[in-house]
Amino acid sequence: MSTAISRDLYVEQADEHHDTSGNTLLGFWLYLMTDCILFASVFATYAVLFMNTDGGVSGKDIFELNFVLIETAALLVSSITFGLALIYAKHQKRSAALVWLMVTFVLGCVFISMEVYEFHHLIEAGHGPQRSAFLSSFFALVGLHGLHVTAGLIWMAIMMFEVGKTGLTKRSITRLSCLSLFWHFLDIVWVCVFTVVYLLGVL
Amino acid sequence: MLIRNLSKAALAIFAILLSGCAGGVLDPKGQIGIDEKHLIVVATLLMLIVVIPVIFMTLYFAWKYRDGRDQEIYAPKWAHSKNIEIVVWLVPIVIVIILGVITWGSTHDLDPYKPLEHEAKPITVEVVSLNWKWLFIYPELGIASVNELAFPANVPVNFKITSDTAMNSFFIPQLGSQIYSMAGMATQLHLIANEPGTFNGISANYSGAGFTGMKFKAIATATAEDFDAWVAKVKQQSRNLDSQSYKALAIESENNPVEYYGTVSKGMFNQIVMQYMHKDAGMDMSHHSGHSSPNNGETE
Amino acid sequence: MSFLGKLTLESVPYQEPIIMVTLAVVAIIGIMLVGLITKYKKWGVLWNDWITSVDHKRLGIMYIVLAFVMLVRGFSDAIMMRTQQALAVNGAAGYLPPEHYDQIFTAHGVIMIIFMAMPFMIGLMNLVVPLQIGARDVAFPFLNNLSFWLTTGGAILINISLGLGEFAKTGWVAYPPLSELSFSPGVGVDYYIWALQISGIGTTLTGVNFIATVLKMRAPGMKLMQMPIFTWTCTWANILIVASFPILTAVLGMLTLDRYMGFHFFTNDGGGNAMMYINLFWAWGHPEVYILVLPAFGIFSEVISTFTSKRLFGYKSMVWASGAISVLGFIVWLHHFFTMGSSANVNAFFGVMTMVIAVPTGVKLFNWLFTIYRGRLKFTVPVLWTLGFMTTFTIGGMTGVLLALPGADYVLHNSLFLIAHFHNTIIGGAVFGYFAGFAYWFPKAMGFKLNERLGKAAFWCWQIGFYVTFMPLYVLGFLGMTRRINHTDNPDWNIWIYLAAVGAFIIFVGIILQFVQLYVSFRDREQNLDTTGDPWNGHTLEWSTSSPPQFYNFAKDPQVSDIDCFTDMKEKGEAYQRYESYQPIHMPKNTASGILMALGITAAGFAAIWHILWLAIAGMLGAFVVFLFRAYSNDHDYYVQPDEIARIENAHLDKVARGRI
Repeated sequence: MSTAISRDLYVEQADEHHDTSGNTLLGFWLYLMTDCILFASVFATYAVLFMNTDGGVSGKDIFELNFVLIETAALLVSSITFGLALIYAKHQKRSAALVWLMVTFVLGCVFISMEVYEFHHLIEAGHGPQRSAFLSSFFALVGLHGLHVTAGLIWMAIMMFEVGKTGLTKRSITRLSCLSLFWHFLDIVWVCVFTVVYLLGVL
Repeated sequence: MLIRNLSKAALAIFAILLSGCAGGVLDPKGQIGIDEKHLIVVATLLMLIVVIPVIFMTLYFAWKYRDGRDQEIYAPKWAHSKNIEIVVWLVPIVIVIILGVITWGSTHDLDPYKPLEHEAKPITVEVVSLNWKWLFIYPELGIASVNELAFPANVPVNFKITSDTAMNSFFIPQLGSQIYSMAGMATQLHLIANEPGTFNGISANYSGAGFTGMKFKAIATATAEDFDAWVAKVKQQSRNLDSQSYKALAIESENNPVEYYGTVSKGMFNQIVMQYMHKDAGMDMSHHSGHSSPNNGETE
Repeated sequence: MSFLGKLTLESVPYQEPIIMVTLAVVAIIGIMLVGLITKYKKWGVLWNDWITSVDHKRLGIMYIVLAFVMLVRGFSDAIMMRTQQALAVNGAAGYLPPEHYDQIFTAHGVIMIIFMAMPFMIGLMNLVVPLQIGARDVAFPFLNNLSFWLTTGGAILINISLGLGEFAKTGWVAYPPLSELSFSPGVGVDYYIWALQISGIGTTLTGVNFIATVLKMRAPGMKLMQMPIFTWTCTWANILIVASFPILTAVLGMLTLDRYMGFHFFTNDGGGNAMMYINLFWAWGHPEVYILVLPAFGIFSEVISTFTSKRLFGYKSMVWASGAISVLGFIVWLHHFFTMGSSANVNAFFGVMTMVIAVPTGVKLFNWLFTIYRGRLKFTVPVLWTLGFMTTFTIGGMTGVLLALPGADYVLHNSLFLIAHFHNTIIGGAVFGYFAGFAYWFPKAMGFKLNERLGKAAFWCWQIGFYVTFMPLYVLGFLGMTRRINHTDNPDWNIWIYLAAVGAFIIFVGIILQFVQLYVSFRDREQNLDTTGDPWNGHTLEWSTSSPPQFYNFAKDPQVSDIDCFTDMKEKGEAYQRYESYQPIHMPKNTASGILMALGITAAGFAAIWHILWLAIAGMLGAFVVFLFRAYSNDHDYYVQPDEIARIENAHLDKVARGRI
């Protein structure tokens, strides 16, 4: 069907023509809404199961609030640093944007490392997800968030590479904007996790 | 007038249908079942008030306004009428309000957890669904039976139901309501037989390969003496249902024959439920296990 | 763990003659297809114009082909179940042991809902919605291709289970604890999980894609309340998809963790709670039935208003009634398990809420009636399906309200009455709608009309077959027969069971007639060509294009000022305009990324089923690499030049001019 049709016009021009950047952001936002419902389902499960400790530990026994507070702080600050990175990116300040992306990346890594440490510590102590429904739902909820953050970090690494190589094109700014939505979304989810799982668990 | 005649016709059809429904839920032999049948008939008739005109109008309009009938009015741009819109919203709303009121009342009246009001003293039967058979324990009589359930007619029966396998549903169609059996909890059901008879009992929730054969007979005896005779027959069996023999019984079997246990260790039903009960934080175990009915059907 | 995980030569069910014969037939058909494609040298066309296509119209057609293929598979299951029950009366064992029969009813449910009805609905939506809103494509054409291949990947997995291992023996709802490892140690439930999970993600992406499409891509001037009614009902369905499919993803994920890693979400022991699964499953499952039926409602509206040559009565009512159904669809899920022992207040609330849905649905029925009123109804095939729906679905609605009465449900729950009810609404509602839409938009998609006689014959077989099959099931429900039983020994039931089997064979004839209709229509296509692109004197924009539409759909963005936009244009004499000059049109290029990514993900799903670790990693990694390639290639699009457009448009308009004389 595409015979005898001239192709290969310049790509950047295409964006203006179709307003694809607006479509992408809306589409990504819609995807985040589906993610939100995914988290809501797991939250609901946690709310139903957190009492079912099957004779094992409950939240009170295993949560270390100070540790989690540092984790939380790392993630919250990373949201701010990502915001800075995006502002610089939109002003075409490549190196500043890259620096702040790097800071965000490191903070994200701190968060994930601490979470992995916490999980490892719990499993070592015999409080793995196989122990009880409470621990199953705890690991699933926190782990689901952790997987998202990990995905975000991989994406961020790729974006740093992209920006470093091709500069701040319209396309990379659209992608950074999506990643920023994603990152802030994960922050909000974490605030809910922190409140529902850790704070209410310790109380 | 048309609607009234149609209702009459529908009633007649219903009557024919009912007579052909021997042994089913439209041939109930217990008060709960009778009430539920009544509810089905009333609700159906109420809905036919809308359903019959809609079907009739569909066919009539389609025929009357078929292409080529040039004598009929043709109004291609006519697409809105406030009056018609009001009517088409109001008619279903009114019917649903009436149905809603019926629903609210009947749901409370027919709540399976509600003990029946009756002068006779109820008997308690503890029901366990196993792969793939039904175990009935009579805690007051200290006997148990498999795939056969007996009780006197005109005496309320309080069922406590659990499962030691996948989820099943305990159902005697001619007596009325069914309820799920689930591991680690006890659901409740209250039934009564208004007349003596032997009724089919089934599992109404698929639970694996032997599900089809998971049937039992529910015998409503004519008199208390008949029931006592049945109890005596069961008691003749010297077998005792304890943890040991229960373990043997719980092994998978299909189309299990009727079995009797002359004696039952105290608290068997409890034990079966408690093996899955959440040993949860903050729950005082020693206190809780002393009750005869753990976790009275907290399903939500 | 061995190289192929749990997969061994013993995984093939050699001892099952029925399965082996089926596999042989499938293999022969497959070899014949490959041979024919090779003989006519169509591999290039297949790959370049179809498999890699991002064109919504071609994807729509592929979805519908998938739906028909899966209809054959799902219906074979149905016929086998009905014959098994008809043979296994009076205590006879029949020809299907529970081992096999239990897989069949599970597969039948999953296939008909997830892999027949959903692809059919999404296929029609793909075909029509962008055309109805005057768009050149969907918001994310590549994603659309990926969605299709993910759906197909799920369908392929479920079909592999036929010849490799087994399918779930749990019923299509796969309730735990039965679906947990301790009760279902085989790979059947894993096939179920991954087939649903992969296709479910595809469906979620479709929902996102089409919401973005209707929000961002409408033709200039088209307000939301001027979108054609089919587009509106699809939009509501997409909102439901986006809001409900993630729940399925979550609940399947939890079941996966239980089965693969020993978690305790829904197990009997460890504090698990199977009721949580049942709640979450239906929190997806109930909206799902409205996802299926709302677009069908849209189709009926389009069909009725087109073939009465009249505006749709009560457009606004229709839009808001659909919205009300969508919202209410989320607060009724508990009616699937009134018998779980919830308190009377809870049961009564959900019962009343369910009945409230009858109000907007009733309004829709009345609105269709008043669309016919003072119209000029032509009894075409789509109209027959619609009239069949209006009468049949009304009965299904009535039995639905009956089941929503907790007091009635206590005796009808899980009985064949329930089976009759939901087939009454899904066949009499959704499937009749898709068939109406199929006949209605077929000329638009293919350029020629379907044979009317055979279409009518097929309709009558379906309609009569439906009543002969399912009315007896209502009776059997009243007689106390529950669902999913393998054999019976109640002589009172026999006559009704036999009748149901006869009905299934009448429907079978209907399906055969539909395939004959396709063949005959294709053979005689020259006599039934649709040269104008507007064979039914349609109201909406899709009829303003040629049949089949040009790959760019619209040479110029249509200007919209009315709901029945194309009728408006025709009346003002603005239709079929010739333009002096055209602007270049920006189009997406076809891509192999979609099928390659889906291939990797499906391979990973297969690997997960059989515990083949390396393949799971390779599949996911492969999909990710393809995705990165796609993300960093700049070769996504091209421009169609004005002279090319002028040539195509003039050729079409010449044909229209000839056709209209």
